[in-house]
Amino acid sequence: MSESITQAFQERISEDELLNCMKCGFCLPACPTYVETQDEVHSPRGRISLMMAVRDGEIDDVHEVEESLNVCLGCRACEPACPAGVNYGEMLEEARAIFYEHKDKAIREKALRKTTLNTLFTDQDKIGKATSLLRFYQRSGLQKTARKLKVMNFFPEHMQQMERVLPEVPKRTKQHRESTFPSETTQTKATVAMFKGCLMDTLFYDTNQSTIALLNRAGCDVVVPDTQGCCGALHGHSGEKSGAVELAKQNIEAFETADVDYIITNAGGCGAFLHDYDHLLKNDPDWAERAKAFTDKIVDFSSVLMELDFPNEVPLIIDPQIITYQDSCHLRNVLCVAEAPRQLIQAIQGGGYVEMPHADQCCGSAGIYNLTQPEMSMQILDHKMKNVDTTSATTIVTTNPGCLLQMKLGIERTEQTDTMRAVHLADLLLEALSTDDLNSG
Amino acid sequence: MTWIQEIRQIVGDKHVQTKQSSLHSYAYDATPNFNAKPEAVVAPASEQEIKKIVTVCDNHQVPIVPRGSGTNLAAGTTPTQGGVVLLFHRMNQILELDENNLTITVQPGVITGDICQTVEAKGLFYPPDPSSMKISTIGGNINENSGGLRGLKYGVTKDYVLGVNAVLANGDVIRAGGKNVKDVAGYDLTSLFVGSEGTLGIITEATLKLVPLPESKQTLLASFDSIERAAETVSQVIANKLTPATLEFIDRATIQAVEDYSHVGLPTDAEAVLLIEQDGPPSICEHDIQLIQGIAVEHGAITTQIAETEERAAQLREARRSALSALAKRSPTTILEDATVPRSEIATMVKAIEAIALEYEVNIATFGHAGDGNLHPTCMTDLRDKSEWERVEAAFAAIFQKAIDLGGTITGEHGVGEMKSPYLAWKVGDEGINLMKQIKDAFDPQHIMNPGKLFHRSGGEVDE
Repeated sequence: MSESITQAFQERISEDELLNCMKCGFCLPACPTYVETQDEVHSPRGRISLMMAVRDGEIDDVHEVEESLNVCLGCRACEPACPAGVNYGEMLEEARAIFYEHKDKAIREKALRKTTLNTLFTDQDKIGKATSLLRFYQRSGLQKTARKLKVMNFFPEHMQQMERVLPEVPKRTKQHRESTFPSETTQTKATVAMFKGCLMDTLFYDTNQSTIALLNRAGCDVVVPDTQGCCGALHGHSGEKSGAVELAKQNIEAFETADVDYIITNAGGCGAFLHDYDHLLKNDPDWAERAKAFTDKIVDFSSVLMELDFPNEVPLIIDPQIITYQDSCHLRNVLCVAEAPRQLIQAIQGGGYVEMPHADQCCGSAGIYNLTQPEMSMQILDHKMKNVDTTSATTIVTTNPGCLLQMKLGIERTEQTDTMRAVHLADLLLEALSTDDLNSG
Repeated sequence: MTWIQEIRQIVGDKHVQTKQSSLHSYAYDATPNFNAKPEAVVAPASEQEIKKIVTVCDNHQVPIVPRGSGTNLAAGTTPTQGGVVLLFHRMNQILELDENNLTITVQPGVITGDICQTVEAKGLFYPPDPSSMKISTIGGNINENSGGLRGLKYGVTKDYVLGVNAVLANGDVIRAGGKNVKDVAGYDLTSLFVGSEGTLGIITEATLKLVPLPESKQTLLASFDSIERAAETVSQVIANKLTPATLEFIDRATIQAVEDYSHVGLPTDAEAVLLIEQDGPPSICEHDIQLIQGIAVEHGAITTQIAETEERAAQLREARRSALSALAKRSPTTILEDATVPRSEIATMVKAIEAIALEYEVNIATFGHAGDGNLHPTCMTDLRDKSEWERVEAAFAAIFQKAIDLGGTITGEHGVGEMKSPYLAWKVGDEGINLMKQIKDAFDPQHIMNPGKLFHRSGGEVDE
């Protein structure tokens, strides 16, 4: 087993890339798991040295290395901090893929991944049904009954809290599937295609509608190709590379025919993974170029709004409140979008923006990390909430569904549900569009 | 009972790591090619625990390598003879900020940048600012006598350490110095510990001197079409009795790399760029920076820019700050050295480095602290290329020799470690090595404290 893993590391993880890490340690303060543990086993340069050790066949029990990689959030905050420009995220995903292909998962995790990943996220219909179940659960009163009977007590504490923060799923009838949404300005300024995302299209359906409304208001014709699927990020991050590749091809095909200026995402995690399709397919001669054409168009909705000068074109007003922003790691570290969301929030009149300390550090959500590594995830979240407290904010804004759920969980854990809320940037901006403006638009 | 079991009893199982993944994760510091695994990684919580650990190690002749954040560039914190890597993250408290005596007393595991932030919030200043200050610990900085960008005006770590507590190899705890500005009671043991690279004992606490925080800062960037003109500007600034807070230099190769990487707008036809900063009361600051600009223009600067805003200043600083990043991206292996010369010899030294790179057919760019003569010749190479690696080592030997010929030294701020131990005798002579060895023997007769560092294995002679 170890030999074949070593061999796979030799074949698939570039020695050049591993050696590029000069072990300077500049990644240490940027790495949330190092900051929490103060242990190099959980630092980026430590993980790189461990990948090298596996590659060199210097480690007998490779599962120790797998464990270290599992504890990694994959937030990629180490990449902008790295003087040598090491592509850590790529190596991490390749290494995880190798371990995934070589080894049975622990039963709990396997069950979790099987249901959430293979069954759910590859199939829009199935996620639709799953959310229908959730909707039924919420609307039927079963949720109340379940809470009363304390069914959730059988689950770990953070799962109980998670259950409480899941948003209400919109009624099925509301989820009509129109595919083009025309600009609301006299002249169309850009034509864009919307990447829906699977969580965003179901649990956060309203946020997608908000995003489309904002883009229309900013002068965009929005098309929504209906053959698109999940971005594949959760597969890719947990080592199921082949699943990710299939989804990538499906999405490239779905957007190829749409002649658009941009492909818009409103989920940092999805956006970053879509943006990396060219890397995912770089060794596939039939797809490499098509992937590149696709990734060149990927852009976060906040960047497009800023480019179209949205804050100056449209009045944004909100009730007085202190607002803070939690970066989506992949939006910041991979798509390099940090300023646009902040500028949009600051453009809202009535709201006071306060930057929280370490806003750029992961909230501990990291895809399904909060389910697979609950202890570390909750430790990181609890520190995050202390940073939120220093701002006195009552509104936490995020730009990714995982972060949004995690921040809601943080509010639940600190028992602040009556005084604090977490919202997606698109929903906050829509709220800030005055009613008059909406009507006149 | 094995020595590892004895140590487990002292600090608890949780704080002794012996798994392979842990040993691999502490096998390196920031120096290429000196990887070696320890036998255990130990995180004590107190001076008392360290005292017991040292006693166990001394009884069993087990090496102890103290390691802050492992950012050393001279293989000073690699466990090349095995043994224990000692960590300090459980001893990371600021113990006292004394605003009456202007001192701060800290445990060794405090991150240096956190000390700066803490004191600056009170209008005070801890000036030593190694580039790793957001990562490295004060214990590491003291052991290496770290420098930084502000050395010219403010000095280096040794100028701010008033006292240390340390555990010696025999288990004794010594308390050297204290809060007194004046203290001539016996040998200056505090100074002996500063820069001792963990070879004399384990520092468990330190008291540092603070100064008032300067009120304001001005930043100037000037480019030149020859190294001589830049160097002449530096000399004239000093000769005019101006002491800038920072006076940094980057050469043509570095300018090119920085421009390719971050497009900060440096003139790529320039041979040298100086980044100069002055701090102090606003009126004096402004007066000084304009004088310096005048001197630069007078000595043939092609361009000069004074930052109007803090944002612009940050952009100008970025030109110097991104030097290492820009160079490191160009090759798999990057070696950053710190040969240092009297500041009057900077132009000669930079020219000599260029000639040596050409002679040995290696790729070297130079940047550094022009104000204090501390240069960073940085070699971009690939340690898998054996023949090039040999040429790189030979080129650096030639650079160290040249620095010494010019009245300089083999290391200005990184320390000797294991990497530069072959060259120490060039600087201090055989007599110097002998005396240092006697000091080492007096403190650590069994050589358990960071063995293999400072002193070359073959006895201080260079194998050529």
